[in-house]
Formats: sequence, C-alpha cells, structure tokens
Amino acid sequence: MIPQTFEYTAPKTLEEALQIIAGGGKPLSGGMSLIPMMKLRLAAPDHLVDLGRLKDLHYIREEGGALHIGATTTHQDVASSALVRGKCPLLAQTAGGVGDPQVRNRGTIGGSVAHADPSADYPAAMQALEAKFVLKGAKSERTVAAADFFLDTFLTALEPGEIVREVIVPVEDGSTGTHYEKVVQKASGFAVVGIAVRISRKAGKIVWARVGVTGLANHAYRATAVEKGLAGTSGGATEVQNAAAVVADGIEANSDLHASAEYRKHLAVVHTIRALLAALARTA
Amino acid sequence: MATTIAKPELLVGKRLRRREDPRLITGTATYVDDIKMPGMLYAVIVRSPHAAASIKSMDVSKAAQHPGVAAVFTGKDTEKVGPVPCGSSLPGLRVPHHYILAPERVYFVGHPVAVVVATDRYVAKDAADLIEIDWDVRGAVADPEKAIADGAPPVHPQWPDNKAFTHHQEGGDVDKAFAEADVIVKQRITSQRLIPTAMETRGVVAEWRAADRQLNLYSSTQIPHLMRSLVAQMLGLEENRLRVVTPEVGGGFGSKLNVYAEEALMGFVAMKLGKPVKWIESRRENFLCTIHGRGHVDYYEVAAKKDGTITGIKLLIIQDLGAYHQLLTPAIPTLSVLMMPGLYKTANIRADIIGAFTNCVPTDAYRGAGRPEATHGIERMVDILAAELKMDPVEIRLKNFIQKEDFPFPTATGLTYDTGDYSLPLKKALGMVGYEKLRAEQAEKRKKGELMGIGISTYGEICAFGPSPATPAGGWESATVKIDPSGKVTVMTGCSPHGQGEETTFAQIAADELGIDIDDILVLHGDTAIVQYGIGTFGSRATAVGGTALYFALQDLKAKIKKFGAFLLESDDATLAGGVVTCNKTGASKTLQEIAGATYRAMKLPANTEPGLIATHFWEPTNFTFPFGAHIVVSDIDRETGGITIRRYIAVDDCGNILNPLIVDGQVHGGVAQGLGQALWEEAVYDESGQLVTGEMTDYVLPRAHMMPWIESDHTTTPTPVNPLGVKGVGEAGTIGCSPAMVNSVVDALSPLGVRHIDMPMTPEKIWRLVQGASSQEPVARMGERL
Repeated sequence: MIPQTFEYTAPKTLEEALQIIAGGGKPLSGGMSLIPMMKLRLAAPDHLVDLGRLKDLHYIREEGGALHIGATTTHQDVASSALVRGKCPLLAQTAGGVGDPQVRNRGTIGGSVAHADPSADYPAAMQALEAKFVLKGAKSERTVAAADFFLDTFLTALEPGEIVREVIVPVEDGSTGTHYEKVVQKASGFAVVGIAVRISRKAGKIVWARVGVTGLANHAYRATAVEKGLAGTSGGATEVQNAAAVVADGIEANSDLHASAEYRKHLAVVHTIRALLAALARTA
Repeated sequence: MATTIAKPELLVGKRLRRREDPRLITGTATYVDDIKMPGMLYAVIVRSPHAAASIKSMDVSKAAQHPGVAAVFTGKDTEKVGPVPCGSSLPGLRVPHHYILAPERVYFVGHPVAVVVATDRYVAKDAADLIEIDWDVRGAVADPEKAIADGAPPVHPQWPDNKAFTHHQEGGDVDKAFAEADVIVKQRITSQRLIPTAMETRGVVAEWRAADRQLNLYSSTQIPHLMRSLVAQMLGLEENRLRVVTPEVGGGFGSKLNVYAEEALMGFVAMKLGKPVKWIESRRENFLCTIHGRGHVDYYEVAAKKDGTITGIKLLIIQDLGAYHQLLTPAIPTLSVLMMPGLYKTANIRADIIGAFTNCVPTDAYRGAGRPEATHGIERMVDILAAELKMDPVEIRLKNFIQKEDFPFPTATGLTYDTGDYSLPLKKALGMVGYEKLRAEQAEKRKKGELMGIGISTYGEICAFGPSPATPAGGWESATVKIDPSGKVTVMTGCSPHGQGEETTFAQIAADELGIDIDDILVLHGDTAIVQYGIGTFGSRATAVGGTALYFALQDLKAKIKKFGAFLLESDDATLAGGVVTCNKTGASKTLQEIAGATYRAMKLPANTEPGLIATHFWEPTNFTFPFGAHIVVSDIDRETGGITIRRYIAVDDCGNILNPLIVDGQVHGGVAQGLGQALWEEAVYDESGQLVTGEMTDYVLPRAHMMPWIESDHTTTPTPVNPLGVKGVGEAGTIGCSPAMVNSVVDALSPLGVRHIDMPMTPEKIWRLVQGASSQEPVARMGERL
C-alpha cells in the first residue's frame, strides 16, 4: 500500500495544468481509482497534476438547453444538485448510487468518465443521455459524443495531453421518464450490471427511448435494438419484455468472480425490464 | 483528591456504556502504528509471488545499496531463529519446519523470503522492489480434496500424500445405529475459507535496549503473555528480558490468537541493528499472510428412526490446513468433532479428520473456530432429515433435544454439557417471529409460486476454554486487584481484551464486590511488564474464566479488608458491605479509603497479616461452559435474479447471567454479521495455481452496515454452575448460530423446487441457477466411498 515516489503539482490555472500534462504529467482528480492503483504499484506516474483545486472546473450550470458540469464536480454535488435533480434526474440518480459516501464525496464526474471503468455507473447514464464531453489539451479543445468516447476497457477518445474539461447533458422535457437500475458488486460498489433508461412518451406512445448499459461489456454501450423495439409502442408489459430481451444480444459479456457472462446477460435483461417499467411510470 | 465512593447500587446486569469507547470514538487510542520512536526504522517484507517454488538465486545487492536502506536479511540470515510454533500436539502430527523467512522453498503466495529495513516505509518498499529472485516454480495444489487425491503435487516433498494427520473418534455403537436405522441421510457440506479481516491489520514494533538486555515488542495480538514465552524461545532470549505490549487492538476474531513469523523477525532485526523497527501489515498482506478461517469439506451421514429420533452420526472432515501449522491449526477441526452432536441426545458417533496440506496460507481459529462448522453441519443435517421424514424442523429438534433433567449430560464425544434447557430459546424465538402465522403465509405464497423461507438453527457452543488439560498452554486465567493507599482500585487481568468490553464488565464486577463507584476502578491489561502472566482472550473465555479469576481475587481482598477494618474498629464481629466495614455491635465503621491507608501506613497490623492491599488469583475451571440458543431467519427470494432478502432475523441466546446487556447485544450483532458474511457473501477463493483471487477488499465481500438486517435479539438465562458468576460466554454465539439458520431459510424457500442443500456463500447467481433447475446435490456414491 505504498506508492512509488512521484512529483506532485497543484496548479493554480487550467492552462498551467494542461502544460504539465502535455509534458507527461498525469491528471489527478478525485483519485478514487488512480490512488488505489498507485498504492498497489499497478500505476506509477512520475508526476501527478492535481486538478482538484481548480475552482473553474467545479460547476454545474444550465446553458442553451443543456446542463454543463465541470470535470471536478463530485458525485455528491451532482447527486444533490437541485438543478440536476430537476432537469436531468437520471444523472442525479446515477451519481447518488456511485460507490459509497466517501467515494461520492471525493470522486468526480470528469475523473470517472476519463477512467472509463467498464463497470462504472456514469458511462451508462452518459450513453443514455447522449452526453457530450469537452476535451481540452494545452492547445486544443474539442467536443466528443459519448457514443464516440468510450472505446474499450479503460480506453477513451482522450488523446495524450487532453483532459475531460466538461460534461454536457440534456435538459429533459416533461415527456421524459428516466431510471437507473443497478446490481451492485457488494465488495467494490461498482455495477455488476447497470441499466440507464430515458423514455419519452406522448399521448400514450413511446416517441423514443435511450438505454445505456454498463458492467456487461468492455465498455458502456447504447442498446439501440432495445430502443428501436420500444419506439412507437405504448410501453405495455409485454412490449417492454420483448424489447428488453435483446439488450445483451451480440455482446461478449464480462465474466468474473462475481457474475458469469451468462448470469450477467440474464441480469441485464431482467434489470432492463425493471428500469424501463420504472422510467415509464415516471413519464407523463 | 476525590474520595473513593461507597456505592451500594449493583452494576452487574446494567446496560452501561463501554468505558473504552471514548478513546476509540475520538481517535485518541494508541495502536501499534501510532508508536513512534527516535531513530525508528521501517521494515518491508519481500514475499513469494508463487504458491510453490524454490529460490534458485536471490540477489539483494541493489536493495542493500539503495540510499536509506539499513539492512536486508534473507532466510539464510535468520535460519537459526526458532520455527514459528505449533501449539497442537495431536498424535502423529507432521509438523513442517516453519522458518520465519523461507531459506529455500516457499509453500504459499505471500511466504516471506526477505526483509528490507530502511529509514522509512517508502524507501524500504522501493528497495524491496529491487531484489531479484530467480524462481523454480513447482506444481501447486489449493484444494484440500485434490491435495489428498492420488497424484497431487506434494506441498512438502517429505509427505507426498499431503496428509498432516488423521484423527479418529468414536462413541457408542455407530455401526449398530446405522444397521438398525429406518432412514439414513447423507450430505456433503462445505464451510468455505474465510478471511478474518480485522479492521486493524497486524503490526509489530520491536525495540532492543542492548545495555539493559531488554527487548520490547509491541504487537497487535490477543495473547501477549503466550507471545512473550514463544518469541523469547524463538529468539533464544531469556523470557524475563522480553516485554510484550499490546496497545489498542483493532479486532482479532482469532486471527491474532497466534504467533507469526513477523513478531520474531522484528525482534531479530531490532537486536541485529540495535535500533527500533516497525512493520505494519498492508491489507494485501493481511489477506495473503494472516491466517484464514474454516476451510472444511464435511461428509455427513445421519441415522434415524421413522419418528425422527436421531440414533447415529458419522462425519468425515477434510480440513484445509494450508501450508503450515500456525499456533492452533490442527486443533481447530477437533473442536468440530467435539461439538458434532449439537444439542441432540445422540449416543453414537464416528468422526474422522484428514488434515490436508495445501499451498495456501494456514487456516486457524476464526470466530467460533470449529464450532460454526460443526453447528452448520448438524443443523443442516437435522433439516435434511426433517425434510426426508416430512417433519417440521421445530418438531424434530424438540424431539431430539437433551432434556433439562439430563444435565450434567455426558456426550458421545466425551464432553459433559454443564446445564441447559434447549427448548427455552427456541420457543421464545418462535413466539417472537410468529411461527404458525408465517408458515400459513408461506403456504399461500407457494401456491402463487413465490419463494419464502423460514430457517431455524438451535445451536450449542463449547466456551470458556477451559480446563488446562484440554488446552495447549493452560486454560486458567489470572487477575490481580490492587488497592492504593488512597483507596483507588486497579484490576490487572491476564486476558487481553480487544473489543470485548472487559474494561467495563470487569469494573462492574469489582465495583459490586467492593461496593464502590465504578469510576474508582481502572482495568489494565495487555502488557507483560504490568500484568502477571495470563492466557488471553479467545474462545468466549475472558469473562467466564478471567472474570471468575477476578471474582476470587476480590474475595481474597475483601477478606483482608474486612480483617483490617475489624482490627481498626477493635471489633470481633464486623461486616463488609457497600465499601464500608461496620462493627455489628457498636455500629462504628471504617471506609475502604481509611482501611487502605492504614494497611500501607502499617502502624498497627493484625496478627499474621502483611501490609498493603493486593491480591492475585489464578483460576482453573473444572469444565467448559456450553451456551446455547436459537436463531430464526425469514427470507424472500427473487426468482428472477436469485437475490435474497432477509425479512426477519431473530436471535435468542442463552449465555447464562448477563453482566452488561449492551455489550452482549453488541457481541451478538457482530457475530451475526460475520455469520451472514459466511452464509451470503464471503469466500477466500484460490485459483488452481494457488493465487488468491479475492486478494483485495474490492473482491472479497465483507458485510457492511447497510447490508445487515435488523436483528431482533433476546435472551433466556440459564446460569452455568461451572463458575460463581454463572456466565458462559457470548463472543462467538452470533456467528455459530447464524449460518445454518440463514442457509436453512433459503433451502426452505427453494424446497418446492427440490433443493435440499446449498453450500455457502449463497450468491445470487448460485440461487438463480438452482431456480433454473440445476442440481445442488453431490453424488451420494462418492460419499459412500469415503465413509
């Protein structure tokens, strides 16, 4: 539990931070994943660049019909924000179920997204929300959609020198119901399977549905087949069951000590049904 | 200076808050890692990454030259240090030489091979990473049944069958019982390896004062005095030159009822370097290198009559010992054999143990130590028998219980149960849970295909270890009570509490006996330089044995107080009560404070009386105690996911007289948490090559507060005649009673699907697969071959 020697810098400005990162520094946000890996010497960065003290990365604001959340905003701040709870309840609910209180008080949205743990909660919500990530390097800034961001286990579209600066999620309208359904891996607090769902229903018909899945595959994905199966239906129990049945089709499911691939796929179906029904109950 | 307050109000039986808690809650307690000494060095231990290997070569030169490194020692340097001790002496026991650092061969992942000592932990760890070892990796075996099968790789080359010992015990005529049985039920039942996971990992600080020829060893242990005797022997140091201090101990659960390589190793390092040295176990080391618990594969057969009368029990235990014997490793399964009849009046038993070496860390005592396994086995078998005979699990238990008029009851395994009325807690628990109504609800639910279970366990324990002939290092306990000239009282107990609350309960005993305020009493423990010799805290013994030693020391002291008081009052008819000696004729009195002062000033002494007020008593029990109780679990199963929800948890314990109900409740709650941990979540998983797969907190599922059900606990009170306090012990009860009740509940829920047994931990996936129709049955033929 003793990390190797490393240099530590807590820059005063984002520009300064990005310059050090461009030179090979490793960005540190809440440290909920990086620090344990360093303690076990599975990671040994030479230089940690602490983004935690950059006040201008810690914010939640509504702008142009979307919520903009700064990278170092903690899970607890997201979960308890009246703005997020009111306008993007799926994100607030997801944040409130991450890990445990200590993790939620330290861990950050940007750190979690950038780490891209295949069992993390946020990525499911990001897929369902079609979130956008503002990626910033010393000399660049670009916006990448969640669908193009999560590439593989612990692998994202981030280029060397880039950090996640901001997360952009939509503001829901009155027709949308959302829910996050999670099977908790009891030792780690991560998701064995997590299903994030948004459904827009108008005049008794599902206009569209978005389903994000975490824990099942090498990275969180959108179950578009489920979404298509629901569109245009009234969201009755049989329709939901039929649509959810394909959530894991074609997926090479993870298998570990806590759940075999077969059981994970089964859980994905069961919890997709449960998440859809819960979300539908919240639609107008 | 405050006066010592006479207080006639009795404290024993009161729900007093623990006096040790303020320092724990405010973070001011001192643990081993809080100890800092000038010039202190830090040790990091280099451990084997392989379960079975030989060291072809080891190059420590880069580590030794690393800036800040004081020394590197390998197995060649420490070869002359005595082996890590095994305290068990079963006949024919094979005891491998357990070096504190392996000089050549390693036998499990985490086996220590070198120690790096440096100016701080970080430097030591960096240097440790520079040690180059060329390994010759050998075949390993991590499963006890595979280990004793033909062709398994030998853990120790000199014993190719991997059997450390076999043990056979028989009572009555078991063959006749089975020949005449109407029904025989058989089942393979496992009790998986568990990781004790004390919140504070182990740690040692060693300080060598060469000029005084004095080694001070600070260790997080349950047994400071035994450690002193054993480590002194290992180091070749005179016992009186070794002082062992246990600062605050952040949990033990049996895992610190041991002497480990690191304790002697730090002593060795400190003596070599002449500087204090600290080693603090990392959590990963704790998982890999501190003993594990359980590790049973049990084959049961129970013979019975049609009416449910149990007539015989056969049991084969295959005990996963790991690679070595730690202090009590081979003795633990023998406790399972002793308790195999449970609360039932069976005269005929046959038990065999095969102690199997595996390439894993040794198993040893973990909360309950052999008794949870035995209770789990017999309580599962009774349910299986009830199902076979279509009897209610309550009815079959009541039918087979030893009756209250049968005590003292000689068991088929050679014990004498002290006292009991086993139907009392069961009936109380049934009343609390509303048994009849629940069965009716269950019947309704079953019609709808819903899975609801009611699980019962009625358990007995063997506690208060114990008569000395039945224990490896003496089963007595000691107490000294010292009253200062000012009348203040200090209790020194030989048991070394580490969370059991004896600083409170022992003060309650002393306050009542002396008739004074509890705040005038200080309880000290865990320092061999302060406390007379003692045995330790384990096996639910501290209050029953150590508390009784205290009781008798107090009687000695009271006699002297009374004698002195009467002498000062010039009375030949005086009474000691409420901390005051009163002359029954004149009504004149002397307070404890006045008497204490007079005993030390010693201006006048009664005939044949020494000055001072101090008494020491070593108490040897004549028998164990045998607490009992009943747990009931009501559970609901999610058919779709296999998830288990505990709806009700009832725990009724009979631990004899209760000194402090708050502490007893806490012990039961903590015990149930660890019982549920085994039943539902915990398992130390080794892969085939001997790597510990559950090597981190992120993979080993410990119970947490939010995972616990509400525990409805109550008690019945049947005082033991074994000691004058009438107390029996409660530290392990919750764990022992829990796992069979939990498993019985889930098996009951799944019984409409034909499920008869489920091995622990009952993970949702396991339950889901059973619901899907997979069989949980082990082939019966395989059992027949073994027994």
